[in-house]
Amino acid sequence: MDFKSSDTIPGPRTEDHLPHTAQAAVKIVIVGGFGVGKTTMVGSVSEIKPLTTEETMTQAGIGVDDNYGSDTKTATTVAMDFGRISITDQLVLYLFGTPGQERFWFLWNGLFEGALGAVVLIDTRRLEVSFDVIGRLEERGVPFVVAVNSFPDAPRYPMADLRAALDLPEEIPIVECDARRRASSRDTLMTLMRFLHSLAMTGALT
Amino acid sequence: MISGEDGARADLDLVTLIVACADPPLSATPEQTALLRLCTAPLSVAELSAYLNLPYSVMTVLLTELLAADLVQARAPIARQSIADRTLLEAVMHGLQKL
Ligand SMILES: Nc1nc2c(ncn2[C@@H]2O[C@H](COP(=O)(O)OP(=O)(O)O)[C@@H](O)[C@H]2O)c(=O)[nH]1
Ligand SMILES: [Mg+2]
Repeated sequence: MDFKSSDTIPGPRTEDHLPHTAQAAVKIVIVGGFGVGKTTMVGSVSEIKPLTTEETMTQAGIGVDDNYGSDTKTATTVAMDFGRISITDQLVLYLFGTPGQERFWFLWNGLFEGALGAVVLIDTRRLEVSFDVIGRLEERGVPFVVAVNSFPDAPRYPMADLRAALDLPEEIPIVECDARRRASSRDTLMTLMRFLHSLAMTGALT
Repeated sequence: MISGEDGARADLDLVTLIVACADPPLSATPEQTALLRLCTAPLSVAELSAYLNLPYSVMTVLLTELLAADLVQARAPIARQSIADRTLLEAVMHGLQKL
């Protein structure tokens, strides 16, 4: 990384600056397999062009056993796209689109633990990716809703069948969405927020 | 003058908001200068990492140094609480409805 002249460092456009009154941020994580529409969803609701934060991981650091016995360390770069929505002059919401594999999650400390909640984005052509994600979120006590991103060539199932296939408890909302449409992505986030609100009302958040 | 390498990493989150509270001192490294110029208005650690094209972990080391030198201020995020703050959730819902 060269910093020859700080003039060449790109920064936010003037209109993208947060006000000085911005006191705190909250975050929501959008999680799902590759190509499921995470970046699309972030981009459709974000007030800034989605940005990317990266982290490098060496296989040695994660205790994988697939190359056990080999001393070649392979470095993987894991990227997360994210966007931003200003809620008030004091409060900012960030949305992170993160890969479904749990071994990537710890690279960004507290990614899920500090989040208000998560949207599990699902492609019905590759449901199996979602089992693991849902299981891990349940284990960690992260509240989440499930959104089925409707690709035109994807098989369509009744929501009740999907719920059964995913072994999803009755109280967890499952909705359809089109991540390309702002209104649809916003409604998905609203579903999560209403779910969190209902948990808060019933004191079910533990 | 600026250290932090040896000590513990500052407690930072992806969405901790960082604001510069001083101009870059003459002793600042190019990275520090670039960072201080970027966050004259509040910017999250994630945004700084993206704009500076630095991995998140490198970002937190850089910020730990700047925090120790009082060159930046950190505004902690609001994390999910055991007893969720309904007012906060309602504020977020209201903000989303305006989209
Ligand atoms: N038809 C359709 N295509 C979508 C939808 N969401 C995303 N895509 C497309 O699917 C591809 C992968 O989406 P992307 O957001 O990059 O997936 P990511 O890997 O989860 O970030 C892109 O070409 C998108 O344009 C959707 O709701 N409907
Ligand atoms: Mg993506």
